[in-house]
Amino acid sequence: MPKVPIQMDKRVFDAVIVGGGGAGLRAALQLAGSGFKVAVVSKVFPTRSHTVSAQGGITAALGNVSEDNWHWHMFDTVKGSDYLGDQDAIEFMCREAAAAVYELEHMGLPFSRLENGKIYQRAFGGQSKNFGGEQAIRTCACADRTGHALLHTLYQRNLAARTQFFDEYFALDLIRDEAGYCLGVTALSIETGEPLLIEARTTLLATGGAGRVFWNTSNAMINTGDGLGMVLRAGLPLEDMEFWQFHPTGIAGVGSLITEGARGEGGYLLNNKGERFMERYAPHAVDLASRDVVSRAIATEIHEGRGCGEQKDHVLLKLDHLGEKIIAERLPGIRELSIRFAGTDPVKSPIPVAPTAHYMMGGIPTNLHGQVVVPARYGPEEPVPGLYAVGECACVSVHGANRLGGNSLLDLVVFGRAAGNHMIEYLRDNPYPRAVNGKGVGRSLQRLARWDEKRGNESVDGLSRELRQLMQKHCGVYRSHGVLTAGLDQLNLLSRRMETISLGDTSRVFNTARIEALELENLMLVARASLVSALAREESRGAHTRDDFPSRDDDRWLKHSLYSLEGDQLDYKPVRLKALSVETFKPKERSY
Amino acid sequence: MKFRLYRFQPESNQPPHMQDVELDIDPNGKMLLDALLELKARDDTLAFRRSCREGVCGSDAVNVNGRNVLACITPLPELKQPIEIRPVPGLPVIRDFVVDMEPFFRQYKSIKPWLINDDPEPERERLQTPEERAELEGAYECILCGCCTTACPSFWWHPDKFVGPAGLLQAWRFIADSRDQATEERLDYLEDTYRLYRCRGIMNCVEACPKGLNPTEAIGRIKALLVKRKV
Repeated sequence: MPKVPIQMDKRVFDAVIVGGGGAGLRAALQLAGSGFKVAVVSKVFPTRSHTVSAQGGITAALGNVSEDNWHWHMFDTVKGSDYLGDQDAIEFMCREAAAAVYELEHMGLPFSRLENGKIYQRAFGGQSKNFGGEQAIRTCACADRTGHALLHTLYQRNLAARTQFFDEYFALDLIRDEAGYCLGVTALSIETGEPLLIEARTTLLATGGAGRVFWNTSNAMINTGDGLGMVLRAGLPLEDMEFWQFHPTGIAGVGSLITEGARGEGGYLLNNKGERFMERYAPHAVDLASRDVVSRAIATEIHEGRGCGEQKDHVLLKLDHLGEKIIAERLPGIRELSIRFAGTDPVKSPIPVAPTAHYMMGGIPTNLHGQVVVPARYGPEEPVPGLYAVGECACVSVHGANRLGGNSLLDLVVFGRAAGNHMIEYLRDNPYPRAVNGKGVGRSLQRLARWDEKRGNESVDGLSRELRQLMQKHCGVYRSHGVLTAGLDQLNLLSRRMETISLGDTSRVFNTARIEALELENLMLVARASLVSALAREESRGAHTRDDFPSRDDDRWLKHSLYSLEGDQLDYKPVRLKALSVETFKPKERSY
Repeated sequence: MKFRLYRFQPESNQPPHMQDVELDIDPNGKMLLDALLELKARDDTLAFRRSCREGVCGSDAVNVNGRNVLACITPLPELKQPIEIRPVPGLPVIRDFVVDMEPFFRQYKSIKPWLINDDPEPERERLQTPEERAELEGAYECILCGCCTTACPSFWWHPDKFVGPAGLLQAWRFIADSRDQATEERLDYLEDTYRLYRCRGIMNCVEACPKGLNPTEAIGRIKALLVKRKV
């Protein structure tokens, strides 16, 4: 067996968590609190993670404002997913939601409060009472900075629990042995440029989304799908990568997000005729229809010439009727964003908005313990021993074909905790480490060394711009066979050109050019998985809209896609329609 | 547009120096970060941190024409040319605009920035009135970018002993929280010539904060509590 290169530094932990956002930190807390040695590896200081940008809130049926229960929340989530979500996982998440939110409050999260001192809740899209009845008020908020408050609170609790942080370390590859066990990761210290092997009996991927694969996106620059790349390179599949959420209200031309909470507080959308056009698309829920519905409506308005501005390329989000007091108290962050990036104060005039790439419903396939699962030779699937994934990088799947607002922060804490618990069990059952095979480590170092070579004249910046434009054009709100096929052809050309990139910077210390090259490698894989999966799915469901197959086709397509890198292979697995304890919500026509 | 960039690459033989660069960019509607990204596209050796590009993650604090700012929310057209960009002062420079934030975070961690409450947890949320919650406004929103602390001369002289405006603002955030039970312990820790009282109230921090927060005021409130518990 090849030995691990001796000059390489090595650290050993019980658990290594890749990613310092909400999901990773929640899981870390569970493990550190139980006395295990945990390392959190993050390419940025943890409070810089993208969880910090979440605005509107975290959904849980607390019933603080009006009568509510988790079963209604479950129905809304299943319906919102366009019936592609796994109902056992959705039941689990919605049942655990209230306890998870109370726990965050106990940790110190500074939720906004109602007059009676309880946690403030607001209306969000797709949330109903009584299985599709009137609007529910279910999303718990800290003004419009809920993600910031949640991330900082979890980071603070981890400081108290003495979790060990490897800040500004970039994870490179998973290390597995012949039997398939995951034994840790290779990583690169950004500050020194030195590689590091982190051995651990359990590895959790919590690397977040990959929205940077699109030109117009709400996502932070760090959202480059690093965990997804690691999984694909390890020969494991990705699930449902064709499902990308386009948030209806990104600031036009910029992409930064204006929370759905703005419509929850009473804001509404207007076209260039001053018409509340959502009344035509969703007569019941109007502006608070599900995100895929509102984004398609805006795209249609713009396409049919009813967009606003000189280019007629956006619509308007009107808030001024709410008054300055409400806006200052409940939506201070988006007011600041709008003044800075759109040059307009929503207290006085409406905000120009257009759909922006926002969230990846697909990801690394897991079960509801966060264990990464793969197709098995016998039975439907089996876990990869020692490997877990949680949060946006994972696909449990609770969001199916379309995520509801407020469910992503919930996903992070509920499954972060569940994965932490299962990892504790696994660590107790597997007390001794297995030997690390040097072959995988060597491959990873080779991949890194490639970026020291001078090859051709292509640049990381040039190719990543082309990639993002390609995905914007070929994998956007509306898709078709022709558009997707052309996109895939172009991607193949781009992949070949990757070979001839040379970096100007081959130094060690804080070489961000090399980090961006490694990120581009991951984004290329994400794009490939998305285009291949989208091309195969010949139906329209949730956020995946095919001009050439405009309706949902449950007979053929009520199933999850599984994409593997080798040969661009696609497999499928059934949707888990059976819930844990309640009756299945049978697929039916979806209208708002 | 004309730029003057502080450059330092520890592996090269060159000492730190200023580099004059011209960039063909239409500044309208753009932020300073957009210019930095363009500069990096032309010369990938330029190193700086960035992430959210909307002023909430706190990665891209830099010193521009003598002021600490977040590059991503600093409008490009408003900057006087040549635009002189340096790392924020008072922390060791790793490379170009990247500083070692460790002394800053060590002070943040020193004030125990987490809620302390030893009562058994209730079944549901702890209650807090909107008025009690309002006490946290102006403190919990801190994004730990370091603009304030690295603009403070007291921190430049005593980075190992003075908590600095960001850390003290967070100390206040927990003292002010009606759910926190460790006020006495927190005040005991802060009642120290260096940790708290190195603040001379010159308000550089207030001017530097990109989120419009007021650490000086919070420090004043902590001092007032210390006086109050003496009399």
